[in-house]
Amino acid sequence: MKRKHNWTVAGLAVLSSVIWFPLFYMAGQSFMGNWELIQNTGAVLSGTKGRVHFALLPRFPTLSPYVELLLDSPGFFVMFWNSCKQVFPILAGQLLLGMPAAWALGRYRFRGRSFIMLLYMILMIMPFQVTMVSGYLVLKRFQLLDTHLALILPGIFNTFPVFIMTKAFAGIPDSLMEAARIDGAGEFRIFFSIGIPMALPGIISAMVLGFLEYWNVIEQPMTFLKTKSLWPLSLYLPNITSDKINVSFAASIVMMLPAVLLFLWGQKYLEQGIAASGLKE
Amino acid sequence: MRKKQTLTWRNKSRPYLFLLPSMTGVGIFIFFPFLDVLRRSFLDAMGADYVGMENYLTVIGKSSFQLAVWNTVRFIAVCIPLLMVLSLAIAVMINGITKLRELLKTVFLFPMAIPVASIVVLWRLVFDSSGFLNQFIDTFHISPVDWMNGPSAFYVLVFSYLWKNTGYDMVLWLAGLYAVPESLYEAARIDGAGRKDCFIHITLPMLRPTAAMLAVLSLVNSFKVFREAYLIAGDYPHKSIYMLQHLFNNWFVKLDIQKMSAASVMMALTVALIMIGVHMSNEKKT
Repeated sequence: MKRKHNWTVAGLAVLSSVIWFPLFYMAGQSFMGNWELIQNTGAVLSGTKGRVHFALLPRFPTLSPYVELLLDSPGFFVMFWNSCKQVFPILAGQLLLGMPAAWALGRYRFRGRSFIMLLYMILMIMPFQVTMVSGYLVLKRFQLLDTHLALILPGIFNTFPVFIMTKAFAGIPDSLMEAARIDGAGEFRIFFSIGIPMALPGIISAMVLGFLEYWNVIEQPMTFLKTKSLWPLSLYLPNITSDKINVSFAASIVMMLPAVLLFLWGQKYLEQGIAASGLKE
Repeated sequence: MRKKQTLTWRNKSRPYLFLLPSMTGVGIFIFFPFLDVLRRSFLDAMGADYVGMENYLTVIGKSSFQLAVWNTVRFIAVCIPLLMVLSLAIAVMINGITKLRELLKTVFLFPMAIPVASIVVLWRLVFDSSGFLNQFIDTFHISPVDWMNGPSAFYVLVFSYLWKNTGYDMVLWLAGLYAVPESLYEAARIDGAGRKDCFIHITLPMLRPTAAMLAVLSLVNSFKVFREAYLIAGDYPHKSIYMLQHLFNNWFVKLDIQKMSAASVMMALTVALIMIGVHMSNEKKT
């Protein structure tokens, strides 16, 4: 029994190497100088003749790719900042407008509730391509194409976080609400002082999932933003990496960093969020 | 009397008040524009005359559309069973261990946090015609393959989909596994059932509702594989991975609103029917 257990751990460890090995490799490359990088990866990344050489660790570790990226690549900063300017307003909007909606769906029984719930669930699983034309037409009418708002506004009204938060609010025990009502607290008061604090883990889950999604967004900016200087990093990064091979890995690592840090901090919430995304109401 | 009436009215309207901001936005930016697209899908290019099903017939008749649908369906049919079995196997294994459990969970979930754009440079290094994979198989005297520009591109995409999504599905399976009452296993063990019997006769049937929703979520996520496909292979990749997402994109560049409208409506209907089906079967069971 004990031995079987160890075999399982070993098997999982081997499987998991498919995941940590590439990341380890990327991190290693990001500390290589220009010359070493071209020698190792130039055959693919910059079209120099010869072979690719596999090296996990740099022979001459250097911080120069990071220095060059942070001090000498203004484009990178603009795009990084664009990503922030798009992701954070989306998340703020989802909180501000999605939370009350989730409260209504999770706590009240009213006419039309199950219809609205089903509608929100259907909208949340629609692939982007379904709303591509309609999104384009409506943004064009409001003259929002090619602005940050073209990403932010439709992003705010994504129904996925509403769904996750609805589950969180629905899980609060009724007795707490009743007690507050008997004490004479109004509905808004109950929402703010009991609802939000009690559902906080679920709300954080929705935000963590939202950040990972929008930090990684490709389709929307590709469709709604023509001007390259408005592009988020997620869309622009491949351009950097093909122009400047020496910063390509450092740029990839810096882009990963916010998402990875958030992931390490909020893995618990992430797991809760995923489990809550199971479509059962 | 009057006061009581206003009070109940207030109580009744309250949920709608909470919902109003969200529903207004969803209406303006998503729902009504889509109804407009539905309307347009029956009109001619000028948006004036009613042409019936003509746009739909044009779209269905296009060979590019047929190719894209076929590739998308093929991708889904290959990936989703693979992903579900792989992630279930990992979830069951993780559920059975105590050592290193949290660490391994973290590792399998990790790809979720990795933006596609930052891993693409590595996929290119591996799958390029002069990349690592070819160099590796060369040592076994296998002739090199141009992975991204041949039928193998499909499998590269399958691999990157599995890489990204196994962790997500693993967490959903784990949530399903936790929900199976321990008492069922105990009862079965007393009756002399082995581990295999327990798995087949208790675990699998209990996981059935989880499996249904997991399939839907995996389907949704499968559309996002376009990100990898686009960043590695561009607008017109090898025809084995030319999917609906590429087709929409290329029609969009030409602003072919008619075709896109008709295709969006068909896609929306398909997805909505799947969703409603799963929803109803879940309602029935609970």
